[in-house]
Amino acid sequence: MQLLNMKNTVGFLSLRIPAAIFSTVLILGSLVSLAVNQLNWGLDFTGGTQIEMRYEGVANLDAIRGELTQAGFNEPIVQNYGSSQDVLIRIAPIDGVKNVEIGDRVVNALQTADPGTEKRGIAFVGPNIGDELAEQGGLAMLVSLLCILVYVAMRFEWRFALGSVIALAHDVILTLGLFSILQLEFDLTVLAAVLAVIGYSLNDTIVVSDRIRENFRKIRNSDTEEIINISLTQTLNRTIITSLTTVLVLMSLFLLGGATIHGFATALLFGVLIGTYSSIYVASLVALWLGVSREDLMPTEIEKEGADQESML
Amino acid sequence: MLNQTPLWKYLVLIFIIGICALYATPNLYGEDHAVQISAGRNATVDDALLNQVTETLATQGIASKSIVLDNQQILVRLTNADSQLIARETLERALGDDYYVAMNLAPDTPAWLEALGGAPMKLGLDLRGGVHFLMEVDMNSAVNKSFEDMVGDFRSALREEGIRYRTVRQVEGGVEIFFRDQDTLDKAEFFLRNRNRDLVFTEKNDLKIMVSMSEQKLAETRDYAVKQNITIIRNRVNQLGVAEPSVQKQGVDRIAVQLPGIQDTARAKEILNATATLEFRSVDLDHDVRDAVAGRVPAGSELVLNQDGQPQLLKKKIILTGNHIIDANSSADEYGIPQVNISLDSKGGSKMSQFTKDSIGKPMATVFIEYKSTGERDANEKLIFEAKREVISVATIQARLGSSFRITGLDSPQEAHNLALLLRAGALIAPIQIVEERTVGPSLGKENIRLGTQAIIWGFIAVLIFMLIYYKGFGLVANLALTLNLVMIVGIMSMIPGAALSLPGMAGIVLTVGMAVDANVLIFERIREELREGRSPQQAIHHGYDSAFSTILDANITTFIVGLILFAVGTGPIKGFSITLMIGIATSMFTAIFVTRAVVNAWCGGKPLKKLSI
Repeated sequence: MQLLNMKNTVGFLSLRIPAAIFSTVLILGSLVSLAVNQLNWGLDFTGGTQIEMRYEGVANLDAIRGELTQAGFNEPIVQNYGSSQDVLIRIAPIDGVKNVEIGDRVVNALQTADPGTEKRGIAFVGPNIGDELAEQGGLAMLVSLLCILVYVAMRFEWRFALGSVIALAHDVILTLGLFSILQLEFDLTVLAAVLAVIGYSLNDTIVVSDRIRENFRKIRNSDTEEIINISLTQTLNRTIITSLTTVLVLMSLFLLGGATIHGFATALLFGVLIGTYSSIYVASLVALWLGVSREDLMPTEIEKEGADQESML
Repeated sequence: MLNQTPLWKYLVLIFIIGICALYATPNLYGEDHAVQISAGRNATVDDALLNQVTETLATQGIASKSIVLDNQQILVRLTNADSQLIARETLERALGDDYYVAMNLAPDTPAWLEALGGAPMKLGLDLRGGVHFLMEVDMNSAVNKSFEDMVGDFRSALREEGIRYRTVRQVEGGVEIFFRDQDTLDKAEFFLRNRNRDLVFTEKNDLKIMVSMSEQKLAETRDYAVKQNITIIRNRVNQLGVAEPSVQKQGVDRIAVQLPGIQDTARAKEILNATATLEFRSVDLDHDVRDAVAGRVPAGSELVLNQDGQPQLLKKKIILTGNHIIDANSSADEYGIPQVNISLDSKGGSKMSQFTKDSIGKPMATVFIEYKSTGERDANEKLIFEAKREVISVATIQARLGSSFRITGLDSPQEAHNLALLLRAGALIAPIQIVEERTVGPSLGKENIRLGTQAIIWGFIAVLIFMLIYYKGFGLVANLALTLNLVMIVGIMSMIPGAALSLPGMAGIVLTVGMAVDANVLIFERIREELREGRSPQQAIHHGYDSAFSTILDANITTFIVGLILFAVGTGPIKGFSITLMIGIATSMFTAIFVTRAVVNAWCGGKPLKKLSI
């Protein structure tokens, strides 16, 4: 069985102007949304108290809000979590009350009002912790991008390195943009997912770059654009199949994994799709515009090529 | 001949997979409801206790699967959750305060596997249920306390040396000493500099020396404050009766406490936040203990029990409280006799010196005060704590004591060690505060396991079906590799002692399953390409594997770099995710490249083939 049977080279790069416009619009849109709406930071980053309760029947959110207001908690955020029985409550820090006690008090208040209620979980995060996590997360992203830049520059060439890092930044910005536009909660697991997207998208980009390098050496009488087109066509099957299997498992995670990792699965699903697109268009386009050419990939590899040929004989 | 794998390679592959599979098997066995008994401060777990436990359970008619004494603990395996609850209550009542009785789920690993070090994967709190606390040590107090001590210390040192100063006072970031003239200042600076090499002295205008701590001394002070708190928290956690608590330093000034299975978080918090103190008191020698026990306790004295339950008559007046203790550690003197060395701050030193000068030859008692929860609550729903006093040592004062002295006459190095630990526990130099709490109820934990397992299984099945349809015979080989990959991840996770499986970790496994086939897709697509270009099947296999290898390596190394960074920077859930991701990358490369190659070679290699099932 063959997914796509391509006898001829697909002219991917003929669509480069629309692709560039598409990416630029999406990036600008994401950046604007990030500036205006910002991210809906989860408890991990904002600090505060979050309580998860399970009711015996369908939970009456208004009644819960009323009970909490009566118990002295101002403006509690009460929402369903995963099912109509499960409720997630978020409480901002209160002056004069020890932060660590808020969770237990809320549970007490709700269980007094409705004894069948079950405490599923409490999370309290101090205000400083959140700031530190946000700082650490941002740092992790920057360090990842930098390490990758160095590694790819070493293994390939700086134009490819820059191309793949720009593709990664593209994916990260768009994923963050999605979370900002839809105002999905951005918590620690989503941060991990975004970093995993970096890993995944890079995987794709490297496979394409590797093929471009190989073809530069193998095919002597084509120009750069054609070589990139040939390489993208050759790797297209693989790109699509790997994305497909990854999307398959992510769908399973998204549908069956439960509310706790919903955000994680969402970020990865979107990131994998956008990462597939970016490895075809963004990374190679950037390399092309930076003027990558056969000569750039040849000199450092002479020795290796010699070794290659010998083994083939 | 192309595509032949030498026998030794097959053996190595089988060996590696076999080891991983062996260590993955403990996960297949269930868990027993168990009760775990460990000793408190003044007790030991021995065969006598083992007999007592066996008898107690037998008389109450509680059936147990096994009762084993191992590693200073007794583990009683029970048949079900109900009898676990009853057994715990019964044993708690029978054994009293000296022992901690905790409920636990003990893995039902067969003995031969356990002997090989096999154990199931540890589960994170989000899967197991329990409480996670992050506590922060107040470093400012720790450092300020040291400065406070320095003020007193400098005053007495300069006075003893006959150097006249105007004032010594504590300021932000250090201590200032003022002098009347430059000569004295120089003399003092020379003297103090030689005396305190780990401090930094800077001369300022107006005949003033500013003393601050060197970076190293500052780091030591902070480190000590954290270590001390960890020791205290460990002691208190034992009171909670948790089977496998974990108390670990996190970062510079934080302590992560994990209490699996704990539900009453309010109680846990109050016990962790409770304080223990220490008092040095003189023994009342003017009255008879027996009279006091009979009810005639003299005014100004009180009865306090010692560790063996013997009453001691102590004066109520306190010579010194534990917060003057800077450090206490156990050692052996030149004859190998155990002793405890104690250092006091300057205020404590002068108080001690004042008291001991008239009391040489008389006994001095050390009283340990612990605030234990009574389990009852007051009108405000607060737990009621009761101070429990206990004499932990009575020593005869041999000479006039100063700011550093030692307690000798201890029976064993173990006793000396315990005493030092308690002395340190009584001298909390830096207060702590809970900055993060995560409680996961047992039902949520079970549900997380169910959801995570389901996601893995269905994702896995979907990929298996897809690969089989798309690549036929070779798809089957890839599926075998994927299955082995999963077994190896579980095996390696079980082998690494520190690794715990969490929900994000399970997500990492799911992601690995999706991405692991990538290597095979790369190879198989390459083989198809080679076939299209007209190579023979054997050559196509050979070149397919060869040319895909460096691509796979590059792609995986970069993803691994991301995993490493996540591991280094992240905490908690992110760390869990990165561990499974990294293990998954390593195992998937192994299975997708080497294992499939070996299988493909055994299947196709060395035969004249016209077609490949790909």
